[in-house]
Amino acid sequence: MSENPPVLTSEPDVVAGADEAPIILSTQNITKVFPGTVALDNVSFNVRQGKVNVLIGENGAGKSTLMKILVGVEQPTSGKILLDGREIHLNSPLDAARLGIGIIYQELNLCANLSVVDNIFLARELRRRGLIDRKVQRQRTRELVSRLEQRIDPDALVGDLRIGQQQIIEIAKALAQDVRILIMDEPTSALSAAEVEILFRVIRELKSYGVTIIYISHKLEELLQIGDYITVLRDGRKVVEVEAAGVTVPWLIERMVGRSLVSMFAHQERQPGKVMLKVENLTLPRPGGGYVLDHVSFELREGEILGFYGLMGSGRSDLLDCLAGLLPPTAGSIWLNGAPVTSTTVSERIREGVVLVPEDRQNFGLVPTLSVMDNMLLASLKNYIEGFFLARRQEKSVTEQQIKELSIRVANPQQPITALSGGNQQKVVVSKCLLTRPQILLLDEPTRGIDVGAKQEIFDIMSRLADQRYGVIFVSSELKEILAMSDRVLVMSKGRLTGEFTAQEATEEKLVAASAVGHGPSNGDNWNGREA
Amino acid sequence: MNSARVGRSRRITQTDVMQFLLRGRAFIALILVLLVFSILQPGFLGPDNVIIMVKHTAIWALLAIGMTFVILTGGIDLSVGSIVGLTGMIAGGLINEGIIIPQLGIAIYPHTWMVLAISLLVGTLIGSVSGLVITRFKVAPFIATLGMLYVARGMAGLRNDGYTFPNLVGQPEYGNTGFEILGAGHFLGFNYAGEYVKLYYSIWILVAFALIAYFVTSRLPFGRHVYAIGGNENTAELSGVRVNRAKVIVYSISGFCAAMVGLIITSQLVAAHPRTGDTYELTAIAAVVLGGTSLDGGRGSILGTVIGALVITVLTDGLVTLGLSTFWQNVAKGAVIVAAVIIDQLQARWQEQIALQQQQELG
Ligand SMILES: Nc1ncnc2c1ncn2[C@@H]1O[C@H](COP(=O)(O)OP(=O)(O)OP(=O)(O)O)[C@@H](O)[C@H]1O
Ligand SMILES: [Mg+2]
Repeated sequence: MSENPPVLTSEPDVVAGADEAPIILSTQNITKVFPGTVALDNVSFNVRQGKVNVLIGENGAGKSTLMKILVGVEQPTSGKILLDGREIHLNSPLDAARLGIGIIYQELNLCANLSVVDNIFLARELRRRGLIDRKVQRQRTRELVSRLEQRIDPDALVGDLRIGQQQIIEIAKALAQDVRILIMDEPTSALSAAEVEILFRVIRELKSYGVTIIYISHKLEELLQIGDYITVLRDGRKVVEVEAAGVTVPWLIERMVGRSLVSMFAHQERQPGKVMLKVENLTLPRPGGGYVLDHVSFELREGEILGFYGLMGSGRSDLLDCLAGLLPPTAGSIWLNGAPVTSTTVSERIREGVVLVPEDRQNFGLVPTLSVMDNMLLASLKNYIEGFFLARRQEKSVTEQQIKELSIRVANPQQPITALSGGNQQKVVVSKCLLTRPQILLLDEPTRGIDVGAKQEIFDIMSRLADQRYGVIFVSSELKEILAMSDRVLVMSKGRLTGEFTAQEATEEKLVAASAVGHGPSNGDNWNGREA
Repeated sequence: MNSARVGRSRRITQTDVMQFLLRGRAFIALILVLLVFSILQPGFLGPDNVIIMVKHTAIWALLAIGMTFVILTGGIDLSVGSIVGLTGMIAGGLINEGIIIPQLGIAIYPHTWMVLAISLLVGTLIGSVSGLVITRFKVAPFIATLGMLYVARGMAGLRNDGYTFPNLVGQPEYGNTGFEILGAGHFLGFNYAGEYVKLYYSIWILVAFALIAYFVTSRLPFGRHVYAIGGNENTAELSGVRVNRAKVIVYSISGFCAAMVGLIITSQLVAAHPRTGDTYELTAIAAVVLGGTSLDGGRGSILGTVIGALVITVLTDGLVTLGLSTFWQNVAKGAVIVAAVIIDQLQARWQEQIALQQQQELG
């Protein structure tokens, strides 16, 4: 373990110095107890005016709970909240909104059946003579969306948008309100690098208007880039509060986890075997013109980790959906171990050994009414039948083993899944898929919302599967992850494959360039005009 | 110091009691209605009344068990009352007229067992048609089964031009006698307040159905799938659950249960009337909801439903014995149902608070 002193410009737990921004909002000795868990233990958290106040910690450290207390969704068991030095009592999000505190929740809070405009102005409809002023609302929406440099139809139904776009809408919704303090709980978990850059531009703009930001993320480089102050939580306790300048990633990890992690982004050489999966000319037209998938062909070999990179909406997720049997492709063929795949349903694909860890955890990964255990075993129930019935004992032992293997933080396996922190829910979804004993594991943004330690665990699982000659396909928006994990990287843009690189060839620049092919100048940085 | 500790331990027992009361909500409701009616009407728990209630319980509970499967998936089945009527008419027709083959000018009288089997099959098929309409054509369950409510009721009337099939005892020379045994026959019984209370076959059928349903919902993968579909259909699908198949099965189960009830009632009356079972679907839904099953799907239990059916029976029969007008009966029934659901909504909140309180008492 490295005993190097951390690079620091200021001591932990400093009091506001002369040049430090004033504290606008603070919690004092907040404790929050849930049945079976102490989520927050005596936390005093300071939020500095006009700055980006970063909050980090492992999955289940209590970050989201603290934020829910700051917006009145949850009430503290004990402790005080001070705004501008005065104690406030928040009984509902409405109270917080009145005080100018807004939040982008970790789990998206949008109505799938309503349009983008209706979602953005939900419960804050702009009116003219008592009626909703659709024209102005649509106009504002267009402005907001273009401020985030996206092209999303204001009248599109939110349910039809990909999760990354939904996250953009969630951000736009928060921007539509004039807030003094904006809380962002993992706003970028479903965004790729380009969109994150845009969000950061918007955050800097907000800062220049004096808006205070509280920012939560598991993407550490990102935090150091945007943060001004960093507070670390571990097991519900505050570990340290420092100025961001001078802080390094390894130091942060050590604060978060309590030990230092060995290099997580080291590529491992593997010797892929024979072709397992062959995809030929997979095509899926987009209703209203163009392609979601445009004649995609590729191969996956035994013991290979194949990474897919691309911008939001490039078709990566749709490709995985097709492979998992969720979307029927209109044309093209899939071959599994040399035999053409004719099955059309997810359950058949799972039996053939292809399973998907979906990108949208809430809507496709979890059953909120079921317990942790029932969620985990849902896809592999037939393995636990003894005689005629499900064998409880076997179910329990498998669950406990998984909880241990993936270090899932849970009070007991019968807990409702909704009582788990976001990252721990993700681990449950991954373990559900692993329990089907797949030959080919499809992972769509598997590290979404999980902490460094858990990321490492998921990468270990992927490596282990590959070493055991399984095939792994994974989609990620994190360049570093893609580069570290993949034996081969395929890049998609607008439904087409626009690049293929071996682990040796691949570099960040090449991937970014390939992902921008076919996009207009606004998206391409120095790579525009490369389209033939 | 000492007194503080005493106070603390007393509070814990208090919360424990509260929690127990809330968990057994349907059971408490049952005891309450029983109490209220036996106070208001001293003869309420007398043998005659108990015999009637036992019979009625079987009917409501059987319908409600089928309905529970449907509601657990997040659906609803409005057609069960009509299926009760239609299957009764089908059984009645088979016994009194047989299967007429006009080309040959003859009628075949199936054996009584065949009559039962055909009627159950028809009920199941009607359920599966609803299920297919819902899954293949993406019609909302409310609409699909509302349509089936009208279609099946219409067919029940068409079967005999709106007339009753009376006197369903069959004829010895056709070998189709004995239909009335289903409703009137009994197996075992007990002495109660000086009279012999028979345990009719319908009670045993209920016990068998309830046990099977209990094991299916709690111990078979299919049951888990039903809960998962009600909780989040997308996730279920992506986890390899054959969602459409499971849905067709639950509507078939509901149709089967309704057909069973149709047969029991027809046999009890020894006559089939096309309007039998009118609005029974609503009573069945009420029983399910009273038993704590959420109409959103994904939450609930067979045990709860059986207790819910008991509550409905006691409530309905109790109001009748009080001699209230049917108008007042309806008012009271509706109020109790809604009140029970309000308690259900509150209980989740209370339980959370109690758990929290316990935590703080301990910590
Ligand atoms: N409603 C609840 N009931 C019981 N326990 C809860 C509830 N909500 C949160 N918890 C528990 O509180 C702890 C903190 O959860 P929280 O969601 O704040 O974590 P987090 O730091 O946001 O994690 P992540 O990075 O995974 O989002 C977890 O152990 C979680 O299981
Ligand atoms: Mg969180």
